[in-house]
Amino acid sequence: MASLLVRGGRFVDPSQNIDRVASLLLREGVVVAIDPPDVHADEVIDATGMIVSPGLVDMHVHLREPGREEDETIETGTAAAIVGGFTSIACIPNTEPPIDTQGAVEFIHQKAVRADHCNVFVVGCVSRNREGKELAEIGQLVEAGAVAFSDDGAPVYDAELMRRAFEYCLMFDKPILAHEEVLELSRGGVMHEGLVSLVLGLTGMPAAAEEVLIGRDAALAEVTGGRLHVMHVSTAGGVALVRAAKARGVRITAEACPHHFTLTDECMWGFDSNFKMSPPLRTAVDVEGVIEGIVDGTIDCIATDHAPHAREKKMLELDRAPFGILGLETALGLSVTRLVATGRIGWPRLIEAMSVLPSRILGINRGTLRIGSIADITIIDPIQRWQVDVGTFKSKSVNSPFDRWTLEGRAVATIVGGRIKHRLL
Amino acid sequence: MGLWHIGTLLDRLKRQIDALSSQTEHFKGFFMSSSLPQQKVVPSAWTHRHLLDLKRLTSDEIKLLLDTTAMFKEATDGCRRKLSVLSGATIANLFFESSTRTRTSFSLAARRLGADVVDFSAVGSSLSKGESFIDTAKNIEAMGIDAVVVRHQTPGTPHLLSQHLNVGVINAGDGPHEHPTQGLLDIFSIQERLGDLKGITVAMVGDIAHSRTARSNFWGLTKLGAKVIFCGPPTLVSPRWAELGAEVSHDLDAILPRCDCLNLLRIQFERQSTRPFPSVREYAHLYAMNKQRLAGAKKDLLILAPGPINRGVEVTADVADCPQSLILNQVTNGIAVRMAVLWLTCGPRSHSSGKTL
Repeated sequence: MASLLVRGGRFVDPSQNIDRVASLLLREGVVVAIDPPDVHADEVIDATGMIVSPGLVDMHVHLREPGREEDETIETGTAAAIVGGFTSIACIPNTEPPIDTQGAVEFIHQKAVRADHCNVFVVGCVSRNREGKELAEIGQLVEAGAVAFSDDGAPVYDAELMRRAFEYCLMFDKPILAHEEVLELSRGGVMHEGLVSLVLGLTGMPAAAEEVLIGRDAALAEVTGGRLHVMHVSTAGGVALVRAAKARGVRITAEACPHHFTLTDECMWGFDSNFKMSPPLRTAVDVEGVIEGIVDGTIDCIATDHAPHAREKKMLELDRAPFGILGLETALGLSVTRLVATGRIGWPRLIEAMSVLPSRILGINRGTLRIGSIADITIIDPIQRWQVDVGTFKSKSVNSPFDRWTLEGRAVATIVGGRIKHRLL
Repeated sequence: MGLWHIGTLLDRLKRQIDALSSQTEHFKGFFMSSSLPQQKVVPSAWTHRHLLDLKRLTSDEIKLLLDTTAMFKEATDGCRRKLSVLSGATIANLFFESSTRTRTSFSLAARRLGADVVDFSAVGSSLSKGESFIDTAKNIEAMGIDAVVVRHQTPGTPHLLSQHLNVGVINAGDGPHEHPTQGLLDIFSIQERLGDLKGITVAMVGDIAHSRTARSNFWGLTKLGAKVIFCGPPTLVSPRWAELGAEVSHDLDAILPRCDCLNLLRIQFERQSTRPFPSVREYAHLYAMNKQRLAGAKKDLLILAPGPINRGVEVTADVADCPQSLILNQVTNGIAVRMAVLWLTCGPRSHSSGKTL
């Protein structure tokens, strides 16, 4: 395979505590040198003025295939990922059928290889058929390559089953990615329960519905020593619960989604179902709480919860339209705009949250550009302002409320295994 | 919108009404006559093509609606005579949720204005075959409709339709969100008895949480300067209403002496996923309006109920039928309000007021 030199960019790799102008030489899909004395390479990318980062990793993506190919396929979802700057994604198993067998894991891997865009890591089901009744064959799934376990889309409702899942996963050292929601409290809900839902007469999903289950699962992780990863934390109270659990030594990590640190429940005034997702958009206080959690590290990483839905499904009445929002193609721009451009965090922390820590949580050999590591690289123009246009999205769906937004910061090249998969430079 | 415009319009309306009381017959002919073309167009102060909620209307716009209601009530002899101001227009009743009273009221209002009415009910239609509500509405629009009157169990559905259709959309109740014509007819009925609403106290009692009537009344009444008390158990009355300017109470007997008007809301058992109080018996004990309670109220307390009422739950029969009860006036006024709304949203406009919302 040819060699590639990425020259002159600001090389930010928090896994090695590096943040300086440097050149990277890639050969055979591997990082072979940092600042090589011999500058000959088959191909050269001039990254002057750009950020050169370990490839971004999104640990929360719904690829919809198999079963709901009208919303997204492995082909279109991974194509969207590389445009968004992601070299690796983890796909959530709430497909139809759910990913709870070795065969299903193999299917995803094969389709991803065939699509040949980005790496796809598979999250397996916690429970057989995602029914929340008995454990899926977790050991078999690990053998097939599953990196974590989740019944996301719904919580693992039975507390005893959740406890057993934590215990069982101890022998594989795999995390459980938890969707935290007390269903009785959020039943029939379409948005955050607050002043806006009160005025609009829409059934609300109270913050407590999320926080009660975060509390339960933190206690179960604590008592078992299992690894809990809290998905899409959306409330200030939820951040506080994670912070407190970390302080007492629970093996807990957490993610936040760009929409939860960008939008509030005020967006619902227009009844637009593109703002309907679960957990819902919360209040300004919650947005600030989530951002503080990212700043102080309580929230380890940023994940998209990319949840495509075909246009006709979102055009239904608010209570019939499904929950979900696209994320892959706007996540980096929103994160830079909301967190870096505003001075809340620096580039090393952003790259830690979007590459280093999700890799570490999933236990995958990504999120670093040490010599000898796989050459997954994202090159980011840190100040480019660009307008979101869902019409140009690679995703099969268009359910993004950020259409026409102007964002700052954009992936200008995405290199997967030493091969350039996306390039605007 | 300039206040000047509204002022002129109100003067014009008042003059019409004055003329009406002296020369009723002459005035009735006025709507059908072609000799006064300037009166045949919708006042330029009214710029909306849709009526989706009262929250976003200004107090002047609400007053214009109420004055137009009064005008139509008089001009039709208490909603009994027919006009021809909307002849040639077709109104579609698009009801995705069952209703007898509101649909009949809209139908009558449209016919009293000379319009044709088609009734569309979701039961047994393509909707049960999986068609989306937008496609259903677009099909009806393609049949040459001028306005749709929409009732739906989901908040915001009329708003979504207004974005997808090129015809006027009138909200006839969207889940617990708003029911603007009900709010207007309640307010009109109170105003008919009390005149100015400024400073009066109206208590809405019962299932505020699930009540679109409560929300529309709240916005309309507060914009016109009345004080609104929401009264009921905390499971049905959120304390957060106080942040929006309502008084929140859980004790009907405590607030009753201060009330000029009581609007008794129906307990909407069908919208509740869980029961918000232990038993109907206990609810009736705490909140039903009966003769005993009435004794603790102002002598001329007005009683409204948006209907249908659960007799014995929200109100006992003797109170529902007492002389202070406006329940039947509300029904008559409902037709007048809906005539006003249909005319303002669908009536002919002068070229200068072509702006739509």
